[in-house]
This record gives sequence, structure tokens and C-alpha cells, in this order.
Amino acid sequence: MRNFLSDIKVTIKNLLARKGRSFLTILGIIIGVSGVIIIISLGAGAQSLVLGQITKLGTNLIGVLPGKSNENGPPTAVFGVQIKTLTLNDANALKNINNVPHATAVAAFVNGSATLIAGRESVDTSVVSTDGTYPKIQNVDMAKGQFFTEEEGNSGSNVIVLGYDVATSLFPNGDELGQIVKIKISNNNPASNSDVGSIPFRVVGVQKKIGTAAFQNQDDQVFIPFIIGQRQLLGIDYVQFIRIKVDDAANVKMTMEDVTRVLREQHNIKNPNDDDFDVRDLANAIKVLTNITGTLNIFLSLMAAISLVVGGIGIMNIMLVTVSERTREIGLRKAIGATRKNIRSQFLFESIILTLSGGIIGIVAGILISYLIAIGARFAGYDWAFIISPIAIFLAVFVSILTGVVFGLYPAIKAAKLDPIVALHYE
Amino acid sequence: MLIELKNIVKNYDNGGIITRVLHGVNLGVEDGEFIAIIGPSGSGKSTLMHTIGFLDRPTEGDYLFNGENTKDFTDDELARIRNERIGFVFQSFNLLPRTTVLDNVMLPLFYSTNKKGHEHKAKVALEAVGLGDRLQFMSNQISGGQKQRVAIARALVCDPKVIFADEPTGNLDSKSGSTVMHILEKLNKEGRTIILVTHDMNVALHAKRIVTIRDGEIVKDQPIPESERVHSKAVSD
Repeated sequence: MRNFLSDIKVTIKNLLARKGRSFLTILGIIIGVSGVIIIISLGAGAQSLVLGQITKLGTNLIGVLPGKSNENGPPTAVFGVQIKTLTLNDANALKNINNVPHATAVAAFVNGSATLIAGRESVDTSVVSTDGTYPKIQNVDMAKGQFFTEEEGNSGSNVIVLGYDVATSLFPNGDELGQIVKIKISNNNPASNSDVGSIPFRVVGVQKKIGTAAFQNQDDQVFIPFIIGQRQLLGIDYVQFIRIKVDDAANVKMTMEDVTRVLREQHNIKNPNDDDFDVRDLANAIKVLTNITGTLNIFLSLMAAISLVVGGIGIMNIMLVTVSERTREIGLRKAIGATRKNIRSQFLFESIILTLSGGIIGIVAGILISYLIAIGARFAGYDWAFIISPIAIFLAVFVSILTGVVFGLYPAIKAAKLDPIVALHYE
Repeated sequence: MLIELKNIVKNYDNGGIITRVLHGVNLGVEDGEFIAIIGPSGSGKSTLMHTIGFLDRPTEGDYLFNGENTKDFTDDELARIRNERIGFVFQSFNLLPRTTVLDNVMLPLFYSTNKKGHEHKAKVALEAVGLGDRLQFMSNQISGGQKQRVAIARALVCDPKVIFADEPTGNLDSKSGSTVMHILEKLNKEGRTIILVTHDMNVALHAKRIVTIRDGEIVKDQPIPESERVHSKAVSD
């Protein structure tokens, strides 16, 4: 290149002489690039949101689910299959400090939904049946009273802890502690008279407002002792899942091995392939979710890349039109001493500068829109992180230059090949 | 001898049908001459000018420019000759639209190997055609006569030996045409070779020698006595 800077200056002058067309030409690139930036930013934001929701549940946690599943895939229970291989006996065996020395707390869970009645008020909510160890596993902030004790939990006392929203629905005037709430017994037979089957519970605590964690409204649920929920409310004899708190993050792996060993003994399993349970830690869950969002990101980025290619074809189109519109100019330039190489680099330069400025505008627009989305998501109450990946920006610049070269080359060669005499007399 | 054509033949191939446009043209032009090539349309005068101006290569024959045979010159070498030794003035001006007068005149310098003093050279060339006060005008904001003078300034800016003018007054009214011809005469007086292509005898009579071409052959080549020459004056526009 003879004089690079003056080439660039002249090219920009040429393009600015046709502002409107230049802008329309690069619109496809702008949309494509800003699409890439937005998608990658949204992907990263969503991922951080998901991870944030998971870590809100607490760290150093191990989960045990019934049924065997691929460790990189989601647990079997996600697919709605009820598997009954996990029992209260298993949970009790895990509670034994000799079996699992690093477990500081073990809680079994069954979930269901039911109608709660207090006086004239009633509300449908999800009922979590668990052990009194729950507050050791999960941070529990009580607005009033306290969570039921381990003794109350183990003995299956008729006590209940209300989530914030449930409490305000049932007791609009406050003063919930000590009041009686009735839970209708779930019955699969809709013809049965459900009035007969309801169990009274005494309110011992109300949780503070929590908001959303793990994509569930944590304020729209109640807690009752495990035994009473499992046997009387749901009428089942299995455990849906078990959560174990480990004393230190360093011991999570060892504890998972302990849990697996205990459960194999319990279930008399010799061959690991026969496992009918699934032990996972949070790191595992995070890995699974990262896999899913990563795949999603690649897919969406591909879509955006396709739009970049379409934008590039648009550039080629316009450049070809430009070449034939400027045939006389090309002829003149050749007549006054431009070589083929001069003409080729002029047009190639134009398309590169077009796509590059499209890329830069696209990056700015993409960042701006991602930022607005982040603000909107935060306004809607999500803990959304505004993340712009430098790799995405680098990639966008690189791809837009590449688009300019690839789609500008053919028109540039075409321009360079024009015969000056024909070009000069072109009308 | 600045330009020496020896038995130049030019054929055009139109999809297998070969048309012979120049039938063995012999022509010599000395440094500092002012010649007019005249002939009716289709006579081959434009083809002859394109060939002399290195916009096209002859099919046969030799073209000696400044004593050098240009037969084996590469395209890039011819582009360099066009840039440094030749200035073109076209009938339809061929200025870049939406570009200032100054930038238009500077355009050939952009392709020149000489990197210095572009703006100064362009200003000098514009002074020479009397447009020193129009530097920043857009090329589409000036009159036709002014456009052609900008085109002459553009032809002059690389300080060429020869200026080719292809029907330079063809798109102009008589006043503007007169100014343009006056400038060409002045440039010739300053020592530049002028080759004028026209079909208009009144324009051709500005030259010192008229070459008449018909059916691809030179049929007449005669000097014009000073008494018969036409001289134009600059008319303000």
C-alpha cells in the first residue's frame, strides 16, 4: 500500500459523500453485530442469574435424588417421573454421624400443594415437608416466631411455618403466631368430601420476605414436619429428595462418596451401574446449567452469524451496484493513471471501512441495548449482571472486517477489470 | 519526435466479427506541436486518440513515445505514462461529483509517485485556468465552462508533456468554449504539446496542423499557416 493513511482518508471522504446509502448498506452489519453482542451479553447475564439463584440456596450442599441419571444431564426427577427408591430409612442412615462424619445436617423433603384455611381466608400454596434441621441447611430469616425444632420435626407435631405471602393472605391483620391453620388432605379422588379430611396446624413462625430463588417464589410456601406431611397429607412412603449440609467445601467430594456408600449398603447394591439414586453437589448443578446455557449461546450466536452473512451479501450487492454506477469514475481514474491494483484496493477499502464502521456502530448499539435490558431486568427484580465479553467485541470487529474483505473482493476485482475506454463512454 | 506511430492497426472483436477501425496509421508528432485530428464520427479518430493516449493498445504496429517502443510496456507502466506524461480533457468533463474543485484537481496526484506538495500543485493548476477562487466549490456547483477548466487543471496538475483534448468544447456554449480554447492555446505557447480531437473545423483551426482521418486512414495532414488560424479570447463567465 503506497500511502495507507491518505488512502483511508480519501475512502472515508468518498463514503461520506454518500452518507445515506453508506448507512443503509451497513445496516445489515449493524444489526448482525449488535445481535451477536446482545445475545452473548444476555447469555452471560442469564447464566449469572441462574448461578446466583443456585448459590442463594446455600453452598456446601449435597442433594440426593431417587433414580439414576447421567451426571452431566438433568436429574430424572426433572422429567416428572416419581421414583420411590429413596425412603426415610435412607435419610435416617445418612443422619447417623458415624456413617457420614462431615454432614452437619441432613433433611428429607417431600413437596406437595394444598389448600390452607384460616378462619374465612384460604390460599393454595406449596407445602414443603421437611426436618427441623432445615434452618441449618438453608438460611432462614424469620419475621416472627421461629422454625420448628428438630424434636417437633421428628415427632411429627402439628406445627407450621408460613412463607411471607401465605401469612399475609391468611392473616391480613397479622398476629399469626399461635393461630390454627387447616390443610386439606390431598386426595386423588376428586369426588371425595375433602371437608372431612383436613389437619389442623399451629403457626410457630413466619418467614421474612425472600423473593425468588431457584425460580420459585420462596414466599409462597409453608413448611410442616416431614412425617406428618409424608404420611398424613400426601399418603406416601418415599422421600422425594434429601439435602445434606457439609461442614467444609473441601469435604464435599468425600461426603458424596460416603453418601453413595451408605445408600448402596442400604439398598444392597454391589454394582455401581445398578445405583437407584443420584448424589449431586452444587458444582455439578452449576456445571449442568452452564452446559445448557453454553449450548444455547452457541446456537443463538450461530443465528446472529447467519444474519452477519446476510448483511455481507447485502454489502456485496450494494458494492456491485456502486461499481456499475461509478463506471465512468473508474474509467476516469484509470485514464489519469490509476492501476488495476489502485482501483481494486479502493473498492476493497471502501467495503472494509463500511463493514468495520458497521461493526463499530453495531458494538456500540449492542452494548447500549444490553445495558438497557440489564436495567430493565433489575427493575423487574432480577439480580441481573450486565456483562460484555471482550471476546465478543474482538470477534465482532474481526468478523466485520472479514465480511468486508470476503464480500468486497468480487466487486473490487470487477471494478479493476473495467476497460477504461468502455468505462469512460458508459452512460 | 515525441510521438511516432508506425503502421498502427486496430481491430475490434465483436463476438467473432472483427472490425478493422485503423488501417495502418503513420503519424509523427513533435514536441510542442498543436495538432487537431478531425474526421466524421465513425472515422476512427477516437480510437486513434485512445491509442495515442495509451488507453488502448494497437493490434499491430509500433508506437514510439519519446523514442521508446511501448509495445512491451505492462499495464502498470502504461498507467504511469498516463499519470505523468499525459493529461486528458474529455467532452463530458468527468469530474467526481460531490467532491470539491480542489480535490478533483488533486486526484491524479493521488496516483502519482510524487507525494509532496499536492495541494500547492493543484492550486497552481487552478490559477492557470483562472479558477483560483473556486477551490472549495463542489464540482456540481459550477458552470459547464468552469467544469471544463477544472478538467484542464486536472490534466495539468502532473505537469504532462502532452494534453489530449477530446471534443473539449462539445458540451459548452460558444463563450465558454472560447475560453477553453484560449487556455489550450496558452498552454501550447508555454511549450506543451496539444492534441485536439474534434469534428468542428472552427475548433480545429486553432491548431497549427490538421490531420484528417476517414475510414481509419489519414487522408490529409497539413500545416495551417498562421494567417488561417483562429485565436480565441478568454470570456468571463
